[in-house]
Amino acid sequence: MIMTDIFKPAVKAEKPLFDGPDWNFDLIRDVYDAIAEVGLGEMGLDIYRNQIEVITAEQMLDAYSSIGMPVMYRHWSFGKRFAHDEMYYRKGARSLAFEIVINSDPCINYIMEENSMTMQCLVLAHAAMGHNHFFKNNYLFKQWTQADAILEYLAFAKKFVADCEERFGVSAVEAVIDAAHALMNQGVSRNAAPRRRFDPAKARQREIKRREYEIEIYNELWRTLPQSKPEAKAEEVVIDPTPPIVPEENLLYFLEKYSPKLPAWKREILRIVRVLSTYFYPQRQTKVMNEGCATFVHYEIMNRLYEKGLVTDGSMLEFMHMHSAVVYQPGFSDRGFGGFNPYALGFAMMRDIKRICLDPTDEDRKWFPDFAGNGQPMETLKDAWANFRDESFIHQFLSPKVIRDFRLFHIRNKSEDHAVRVEAIHDEMGYRDVRRLLARQYDVSQQDPDIQVTDADLSGSRRLVLTHFVRDGILLDKDECDRTLMHVARLWGFRVRLVEVDNMTGAKLREHETLPLP
Amino acid sequence: MNIIDRRLNPKSKSLGNRQRFVRRAKADIREAVKDALKKRKVSEVEGSEKISIRSKSVREPSFSHSRDTGTRDMVLPGNKDYKVGDLIPKPQGGGGGGGGGQASADGEGQDDFVFTLTKDEFLDLFFEDLKLPNLIKTRLKDLKSPVPQRAGYTTDGPPAKLNRVRTMRRSLARRIALRRPKDTDVLQLERALAEAETDEPRDENRIAELRARLDRMLRLRRTIAYVDPIDLQYNRTERVPRPATQAVMFCLMDASASMTEPLKDLAKRFFMLLHLFLSRHYREVDVVFVRHTSTASEVDEETFFRGVETGGTVISTALEEMDRIVRDRYSPEDWNIYAAQASDGDNIPDDMGRCLDLVENHLLPACQYFAYIEVSEQIGFGDTIVWDGYKEIAERNKHFAMRRVTSPAEIFPVFHELFSASAGS
Repeated sequence: MIMTDIFKPAVKAEKPLFDGPDWNFDLIRDVYDAIAEVGLGEMGLDIYRNQIEVITAEQMLDAYSSIGMPVMYRHWSFGKRFAHDEMYYRKGARSLAFEIVINSDPCINYIMEENSMTMQCLVLAHAAMGHNHFFKNNYLFKQWTQADAILEYLAFAKKFVADCEERFGVSAVEAVIDAAHALMNQGVSRNAAPRRRFDPAKARQREIKRREYEIEIYNELWRTLPQSKPEAKAEEVVIDPTPPIVPEENLLYFLEKYSPKLPAWKREILRIVRVLSTYFYPQRQTKVMNEGCATFVHYEIMNRLYEKGLVTDGSMLEFMHMHSAVVYQPGFSDRGFGGFNPYALGFAMMRDIKRICLDPTDEDRKWFPDFAGNGQPMETLKDAWANFRDESFIHQFLSPKVIRDFRLFHIRNKSEDHAVRVEAIHDEMGYRDVRRLLARQYDVSQQDPDIQVTDADLSGSRRLVLTHFVRDGILLDKDECDRTLMHVARLWGFRVRLVEVDNMTGAKLREHETLPLP
Repeated sequence: MNIIDRRLNPKSKSLGNRQRFVRRAKADIREAVKDALKKRKVSEVEGSEKISIRSKSVREPSFSHSRDTGTRDMVLPGNKDYKVGDLIPKPQGGGGGGGGGQASADGEGQDDFVFTLTKDEFLDLFFEDLKLPNLIKTRLKDLKSPVPQRAGYTTDGPPAKLNRVRTMRRSLARRIALRRPKDTDVLQLERALAEAETDEPRDENRIAELRARLDRMLRLRRTIAYVDPIDLQYNRTERVPRPATQAVMFCLMDASASMTEPLKDLAKRFFMLLHLFLSRHYREVDVVFVRHTSTASEVDEETFFRGVETGGTVISTALEEMDRIVRDRYSPEDWNIYAAQASDGDNIPDDMGRCLDLVENHLLPACQYFAYIEVSEQIGFGDTIVWDGYKEIAERNKHFAMRRVTSPAEIFPVFHELFSASAGS
């Protein structure tokens, strides 16, 4: 096999691409071409077409607050986020991200006008190459998201919500979105890939048909009859006639299909939130890999550009300064520790994979017989990027060296004890234990409470029963749970009960019950 | 690769979301605004304000694990010297374990949601539901800024005002009336002619006839214009004077020696609020500042709020001054007249009779609303001489209101009472 081009000695360029902090559009084009030559030509990345959009800091804040999407329906929670972010930004307490990248085809990269040319270069390598490659190739993204349809879908969603606001009032729509947002993490069918490919044209068609039908059956004469059904036609309720299959883990899906009282437009809103939740599901599962991949790629590309003499010493120093800030991992007892830094962990693991491929120790050969010393780091990494998510990636690739470098240790915290116990540290005895647990820590299905619809009486009392399968005795936060149940009750329209049951013994631990407010 | 400059795109895309958020949190924000007012200095009332609200109405709940039940396994970085089996005491209050990482900043701050209101949002909330009572006298003001108003159509005007729809409608009507041949007719005839020319055997008569018809058609099309000057229609606008309500607010303040610094501060806060309210909600309101000791004079805003002159107390001088200014400049026939008077309730006893006479017989008939604010350090020593005197007037006149204020915290509620939408009616 041929070695990837990136490891061949570089041909020195005559003069660097840029010098100094100022950028302009031509320069960005030139730099992009140089980056693409390394990324696509030498590293062999496979990406969606790129669309680079230059925006201001204010627009970046805007994008932030609507969960990074360029088009979004209106809701107060985005305004809340904006108000919050804006204040911290103005205080100078928090700086903005240099870029936002959207998993779409073409892949949209937002870069900020305030960035220096070096930063733009870094950002392009990071997002336009790294993230883009990951979006296009990772199996989760392939399976769960439709990069070519998402923007169109959001445009549809925005319009639909706006139309509903016009027809039914802002607060009525708001109430439904509030409730749907509360159940967003319970809006994914984990065990099945998305049921149907979204076709925005079809969704619109569905909506138009519904309206047409309403108009068709509207007859002025009916108005003169004595009122037997006060409900307006638009409020008509149509429930899926097939009996519900329980248990069902996707609460939003279940409510959309079987809620006895919801009019069609509310169902469509639930569906919109569910589609969003599904769209973001892969991102939640691949934070370490996604950021690691992008960081690894920008690091390789910047170094390669430097080797080629396309980047000046000054820019390289600026880059190193930012890069080291990005991959800094504070220890658990340091000020400002906020859990693992996905950039740091991902980058360290991927650098380590490269090292194992090229220059393995005996330990590596024992732990990673498959690829230690195979001399093909890019192929090995690309395979990892394509076929793993955080949980499985850590399980498979976290090496003893990284565990030692990060000085990882495993603690067990029992709520009834006054102290936590150290169960494993970075030694021969502990590597596997630490690796297994860190992997589990990144398993989203382990992190979210396991709540399922276990019973729904559609003909009689119409009571809905949810069950929380409690793992390791960890119950739900009572206050939050009661508030969320109110939202469920609002959508269901009748009594809702939530039972917390130990998933090993089946013992009932706690019960919550709510009635919808009239 | 495609590169797009989005910097010039419309700003504040999230404004709609922000408005929804502020509306949602309105009740909470109003509470916070009132709190903020207490803490602020007079000079700072205008300006954007950091507001911290209890996030009752803006909470976004979801099913989440509680922190204090069950057993958790956790992997953390940065082990310094722990060995297997070591016990680490839990940090106070934090269920997270692991030496205090998670317990850091959340805790108390979590319930409070902090953000900044813009000046406009702040003042909007601040003066919501307030208005000047009995604002009824209107008259045609001098034509300072007449408003343009649509007034039908004309046949000439600047190109920018061309009404395309009407013009084309007239053009179409004229073309139909004059039987201007249509494009399709011409096309049809041309085709028929072409066919006739290639037909075998050649029918010269038909060709000649067709050609004549075509010529006539083309001639007609040349003579009858597609759009003729007589079709042109322009939008016409007229500048119309608007009737305006005129109002004047008299601010009368006691600046005598008996008004201590804290009392003056109270009074100034009240007037500051009043001034802000008027300048924000009413474009055409004059404000007249009168301060008095044993003599009264009309002063400008700056002196009124920042002046330090003191002396004895003769309230009637201020009332006389107001009466004089009303007679000179603000005829009650044309003006809605308002007055707000602040004092500590102290006056020379001899002067009271004159005061009451002035207020009841001269000023009140001319005024739409007269508000009296009495500032005092505490309540409980019986009524002051002014309060006593004014009480009777208040009983007889609906548009006379009086309130007491003892601390900055009361200013806003009192202000609200005095100028709430239903006051004075």
